[in-house]
Amino acid sequence: MSFADIKEKLSAKFDKLNLEFSSFRDNDRVIVPPTDLIEILSYLKTTFCFDMLIDLSAADYLHLQGATHRYGVWYALLNVENGERLIVKTHLDDPDPRLPSTYDLWKGADWMEREVYDMYGIEFDGHPDLRRILLPDEFVAFPLRKDYPLRGMGERHNFQSVIRSES
Amino acid sequence: MALEFLKDNFVVTKLDYLASWCRKYSLFPMPFATACCGIELMATGASKHDISRFGAEAFRFSPRQCDLMIVAGRVVMKMVPVMQRIWQQMPEPKWCISMGACASSGGVFDTYAVVQGIDRFIPVDIYVPGCPPRPEQLLQGIIDLQEKIANTGTIFGTEFGKRNVYEGPRPLSKFLSPDQSVQAPANFRSSTRTI
Repeated sequence: MSFADIKEKLSAKFDKLNLEFSSFRDNDRVIVPPTDLIEILSYLKTTFCFDMLIDLSAADYLHLQGATHRYGVWYALLNVENGERLIVKTHLDDPDPRLPSTYDLWKGADWMEREVYDMYGIEFDGHPDLRRILLPDEFVAFPLRKDYPLRGMGERHNFQSVIRSES
Repeated sequence: MALEFLKDNFVVTKLDYLASWCRKYSLFPMPFATACCGIELMATGASKHDISRFGAEAFRFSPRQCDLMIVAGRVVMKMVPVMQRIWQQMPEPKWCISMGACASSGGVFDTYAVVQGIDRFIPVDIYVPGCPPRPEQLLQGIIDLQEKIANTGTIFGTEFGKRNVYEGPRPLSKFLSPDQSVQAPANFRSSTRTI
């Protein structure tokens, strides 16, 4: 089943949403609204057998010229049977960027959603254990957001110093 | 008769000197290797460079059996409490070598997560420059540390008690404001390949 078939069937089933399809080199992409994300992803999983979630990540388009939304979250899907790939992308905005969790569709989404939450502060409803994965628990900011300074807000030096005579 | 044997069989020295002499030739390093400097540290321990020529070949992976902490590599903020705890678990007398540019100053990693020098959080005795330092440089650091132990060491470690102030650099006050953040050009189209 080629991208053209997927395109045709998806647009037929979700004709009210005006899904946006594009291809760049060997990337086949579809942009979906966040409200219908779960429905479309489960349809892709059950009908087109995209049984593996290769990657789930995000980007912040804060200062990007021409960007209409602040955050983009994408899901890279793979059909293990025939090697077909598809990228599903959705856009979110401040305040309260929030998405439904895909943990029920692919268990591998667990840590990837935690990482997106850790770095961008995008929350996933229905995730079994949504907490920070890389940064320490007491970290309050989301460092891959574009409005977070590269050198941080002093978190890296917020520790007590050990004095030689006291250690 | 007894006096004749005596004249060849004892030396007179200071106890401090004797203790330091014993300590400097039996350093037990604690390899706190977090990055590529750790590979050079392993090379220093391997047969070609052979750290045992300087009596420091017994790497121990428990801080309770060590007296020389070699911090080799960048240290991130999540690792700082771990590093401090390991340092505090080591028995006295103990020394610390900051190996490489990242451990000493943060190196090229001037980001929110990487601390800009471990001397802000633990006391450091010897800094080894390099990115990463060659094994010879680490050996030179160990020789320098041996010299430091020989010159300042005391049997009861009173020289450590005198170091009762913060020894690190001044706190960093300059941070980039958000509007100073770097913006990459948005067009990543490659000129070598047409779409």
